[in-house]
Amino acid sequence: MTDRPLARSLGLTDDEVDRIEAVLERDPNHLELAMFSVMWSEHCSYKSSSIHLGRLPTEAPHVLVGPGEGAGIVDCGGGVALAVRIESHNHPSAIEPYQGAATGVGGILRDIFSMGARPIAVMDPLRFGPLDDPRSRWIAEGVVAGISGYGNAVGVPTVGGELQVDPCYAGNPLVNVLALGLLPVERLVLGRASGVGNLAVLLGSTTGRDGIGGVSVLASAGFSADEEVEAAKRPNVQVGDPFEEKRLIEACLELLERGLAVGVQDLGGAGLTCATSETASKGGAGMDVWVAAVPQREPGMLPVEVMTSESQERMLAIVTPDDLAAVLDLADRWDVRATVVGEVTGTGRLRILDRQAGEVLADVPAASLEEDKPQYARPRQPPADRADRLADDPARLPLPTDCGPDLLALLAHPSIADTTWVHRQYDSQLFLNTVVAPGADAAVLRLKAPGVPAADGSKGIALTTDGNGRWCSLDPRQGTAMVVVEAALNIATAGARPLCLVNNLNFGNPEHPEVMWQLSEAIDGMAEACLALDLPVVGGNVSLYNESQGRDIDPTPIVGVVGLIDELDVPPPAVELVEGGVLVLLGGRADRAASVAGSLWADHLHGHRSGQLSPLDLARAARLGRLLVELVADGLVFGAHDVSDGGLGVCLAELCIASGLGARVIEVADASTLFSEAGGRVVVCADGDGAAAGIARRALAAGVSHQILGTVEGASLAVEDLVSVPVLELDAAWRGALPSLLR
Amino acid sequence: MAATVGIVVFPGSNCEHDVAEAVTRLGATARLVFHKETSLAGADAVVLPGGFAHGDALRPGAIARFSPVMAAVEAFAAEGGPVVGICNGFQVLCEAGLLPGALQKNRGLAFLCQEVELVTVSERSALTADVPSGTCLRVPINHFEGCYTAAPEVLAGLHERDQVVVRYADNPNGSAGDIAGVSNEAGNVVGLMPHPERASHELLGSEDGNVLLTALLKSAGRPAAALR
Repeated sequence: MTDRPLARSLGLTDDEVDRIEAVLERDPNHLELAMFSVMWSEHCSYKSSSIHLGRLPTEAPHVLVGPGEGAGIVDCGGGVALAVRIESHNHPSAIEPYQGAATGVGGILRDIFSMGARPIAVMDPLRFGPLDDPRSRWIAEGVVAGISGYGNAVGVPTVGGELQVDPCYAGNPLVNVLALGLLPVERLVLGRASGVGNLAVLLGSTTGRDGIGGVSVLASAGFSADEEVEAAKRPNVQVGDPFEEKRLIEACLELLERGLAVGVQDLGGAGLTCATSETASKGGAGMDVWVAAVPQREPGMLPVEVMTSESQERMLAIVTPDDLAAVLDLADRWDVRATVVGEVTGTGRLRILDRQAGEVLADVPAASLEEDKPQYARPRQPPADRADRLADDPARLPLPTDCGPDLLALLAHPSIADTTWVHRQYDSQLFLNTVVAPGADAAVLRLKAPGVPAADGSKGIALTTDGNGRWCSLDPRQGTAMVVVEAALNIATAGARPLCLVNNLNFGNPEHPEVMWQLSEAIDGMAEACLALDLPVVGGNVSLYNESQGRDIDPTPIVGVVGLIDELDVPPPAVELVEGGVLVLLGGRADRAASVAGSLWADHLHGHRSGQLSPLDLARAARLGRLLVELVADGLVFGAHDVSDGGLGVCLAELCIASGLGARVIEVADASTLFSEAGGRVVVCADGDGAAAGIARRALAAGVSHQILGTVEGASLAVEDLVSVPVLELDAAWRGALPSLLR
Repeated sequence: MAATVGIVVFPGSNCEHDVAEAVTRLGATARLVFHKETSLAGADAVVLPGGFAHGDALRPGAIARFSPVMAAVEAFAAEGGPVVGICNGFQVLCEAGLLPGALQKNRGLAFLCQEVELVTVSERSALTADVPSGTCLRVPINHFEGCYTAAPEVLAGLHERDQVVVRYADNPNGSAGDIAGVSNEAGNVVGLMPHPERASHELLGSEDGNVLLTALLKSAGRPAAALR
């Protein structure tokens, strides 16, 4: 008789227990229940989202590995491939900000180097509650310190990210992390256990009682109002050791370089259970695991603890008996612990034994943990107030006659303000690749890495992460499409062609039909935008149960987009203006009134979060992207910035601040148009009137609407009839905000 | 003949490939020397690169000084060979007693990754030989423990004996006397917190670090006496 109360405490539903009994054709014991509970957790199984994820486009000729492996891999040409992945560590970071964020970095790096790729860049999109709230400040400071403390020491540069602030994240911050690595195409390895008699070698840290149930108790449930219950979750958070991880990186890359491993798998969520079952089932094999052989941090650990511990900095390598001595030697050179903890069998079963040839403690079909997992078609339903919200148009809001004060208020909003306070705590320069550093629309890196033969020519990559919960809460479908467009245009302003996209879908409780509707809509919006923009989705992560005290976060899909620059001989256009420059808006016109629905202006200055987003033309956005890449390659763009949070007003102000130059802009219809966040628009700075006219002609020919906005001149940002503020004043508001809030 | 630069790799070092790339670009041969080795295998100059040797356990550099390779580095330094410690390498050289002073946590208690303006002071160190005093260089820093400190009499001695190699134009971390880098008395052992290799290519925003690395390559193979 299965112990149902125990199963429920592990996070399994009664239906899921029935399913386990059917798979095993008997009652599961405690250890087996625990193994199923972690593997079938929302975090590991995607049981609420998987039926929807299939609608995303994932294929392109250059995609070598799509979703479902440790990382997505694309071919950059010249024998070099790029691995990229994004993950979330939201719940651990809410409970223990430093370690939560630190281990988020560590975990994603293992996904990259387990595939043979040298990690060369990390990006961190972050969402916090208002920073005048002490708890949100504690979380923000701890998260940034954790990323800095771990990322810097592990020796991978953090080249960008985002910081956005909204009350919906106060109880449940978002800490997403994207990592990118490079590898020689021929070194590509997958986490596979094949070859009966091959050995499972556990590399790295010892196994302790930390992080037990991290994926089930922590990552697959929301936060309650009960402080004692929440404080009790702290031991579910793991503790990171970047020095162990650094040695593990070097040892594993050398292992793969020398061809000493059949397959390598990281130990992340669900620990040894996940690593052993996944490698065995993907390799079409079985595996025996010997619990007593696993190096343990403390005496008296139970098999169930050993099998579900999420202790950090561990990897599983599958090696042939002939190579074992070489593997142990190599590990010893890097002072990395290496222990044989099991072997590959031909049975298709994952068996947990107390020791080699000892008592069998668990015996399940290896593939069942993954393949028999439940999939839920959870009920979906638009929010009840949807029609009312769409109808409540912000056109009724009072528009200022002088937009200067509103512009200054937006520049000082933490979602817009200068993020130097954050990113100067990150090593952003290691490996001598960083051509455009954090704070720009996209990071730009040279395409090279230690141990990876240089690609032909002087290629580069552009990399960005973007998300916008405000847009998505109004309309998850179009809001998500706008996010994808923004990311695609960010890399296009750097002159990069789209290569691939990864996504982290941060949503609330999937048992709420409104949340499932948001998730489904967002996936459709992403699919439409990715198809229009030629962006294959090569990987993703779904983070659900982002709720606290019964309130779901705004739907916050975050995307990472990578682009390829064919010739990176000179730095691409930055967010800046040049003396004598002329400003051109591409992708829209400002002399026609546009809506402020979904804008930060409406939300921050009027508490208005309703109305209908300005329409988005995906085909035009795609044409704009291609046009930008051509204009940059032809050397016609001397500065560029996309129109996003804060609209055209903030875009122009940031261009002025970055260069210390003023601008005189004419023919902006009204204040609403100045702050509208209509998607798919970019402002570029041309080198004089003739060049601007040339860009306008090219835009016309490409079918991209455009408007010559004005000229770079004076020491103020002057928008005819709307704004006149000295650049120094804009600068002070923008630069002073975060340092005044954070320590 | 091109100089061979031995670059020491401790577990936790992470700037070794960057230094190799920068000096190779200047015509030198780079050779990585693992910390468990006991010989520098014919290097003409030695660099201890940035990173977190031995995870900065206890204090930055505190464990690295006991790595087997350090005996060879000390012997090489004693013979007058040029040895440069960059960032974590500077911390290691201080812990090993090859350079005076120590590096404490930054004023402001935060990690700082940013470009700074350096001014060269000494014209005779292995890193600044023949570089006119007062030369301004834009080079990044990237550290948490970069606040240089030493006893007052030690600091006075550094200035008297021309051992201040580079100083900050605008002190970012609270270092005593704005000191960004120092040498030993002979001038052949130099430590500095800024990373010259990170300012070694036009795409990185500055090539000023090449001024220092070029001086190092010139010092390599030059008789030690010439540095004095």
